[in-house]
Amino acid sequence: MKFAVVVFPGSNCEHDTFHVLKTILDQEVVYSWHQDSDLQGADAVILPGGFAYGDHLRCGAIAKFSPILKSVKEHAEQGKLVLGICNGFQILQETGLLPGVMLRNSGLKFVCRHVYLKSESGETPFTASCRPGQILRIPIAHNEGNFFLAPDQLTELEKNRQVLFRYSDASGDVSAAANPNGSLNNIAGVINRRGNVMGLMPHPERASELLLGCEDGRQILQSMVDWNGHFSE
Amino acid sequence: MKAKIIVRLKDGVLDPQGQTIQRALNKMGHPEITNLRQGKFFEIEIDGLENQEEVRRLMEEISRDVLCNPIIETFEIEDIS
Repeated sequence: MKFAVVVFPGSNCEHDTFHVLKTILDQEVVYSWHQDSDLQGADAVILPGGFAYGDHLRCGAIAKFSPILKSVKEHAEQGKLVLGICNGFQILQETGLLPGVMLRNSGLKFVCRHVYLKSESGETPFTASCRPGQILRIPIAHNEGNFFLAPDQLTELEKNRQVLFRYSDASGDVSAAANPNGSLNNIAGVINRRGNVMGLMPHPERASELLLGCEDGRQILQSMVDWNGHFSE
Repeated sequence: MKAKIIVRLKDGVLDPQGQTIQRALNKMGHPEITNLRQGKFFEIEIDGLENQEEVRRLMEEISRDVLCNPIIETFEIEDIS
């Protein structure tokens, strides 16, 4: 499977993401520069974490006008996989590929620590390797991760089962105490209606090898690989 | 020409920064401040457009597409001169 990792000025997780895909998962990976429009024939695109364009104006607000985003939209329209991690999630929201917006964390602090995530659905390309209800331990690192959506749209999002991951405690209890940033309904990851574009605030690429203390994040990236293999059969 | 645009958070959207500023002001001895919302203010210079109507159209376009996120914010063109 071939991945394209998009690089914006201010991205800072592209090397970690590239490393995990290439070295740990043994997949083909290329970088795609934001000023290019060529995704180089990739099966899946990842928008990595960081601070694209310095997060100026709003997170992702400038990045959405990059030439590469036009190609990412076309890629998504073809039903191919797109994953936005952290800042990549914010960019996908700004482009309208995913619902909602990230407000400043309710505690007004940049939060950088491991959290527990409860997997809500096993039937997507990004969670195929997870059991429904499985608890993953993956780090977050963000200042704007406070998921917000108007109440009627939030109801719709929940009804369509588009929430794939919620912040929980180690036992899977989705409580206010386990919510690190004030996100509505403890939302940490959502998918689009079509089921091929996911945004995730936690960083799976930082939790994909035991050397770093935890490899739960690998399941998400491995799911994409497994799903793609399934599709091409 | 010059234009001034204000971008505000919609009512009901949590504004933790505004709340923090309000609490700080309350603690500084201003208990009469009971609510404070933070927004963004843009001063823009425009060259090459003929009249105010054209400038207004352009300002509305960039406000809608770039300066504000309609999910959480609204914009107001304060002044064109």
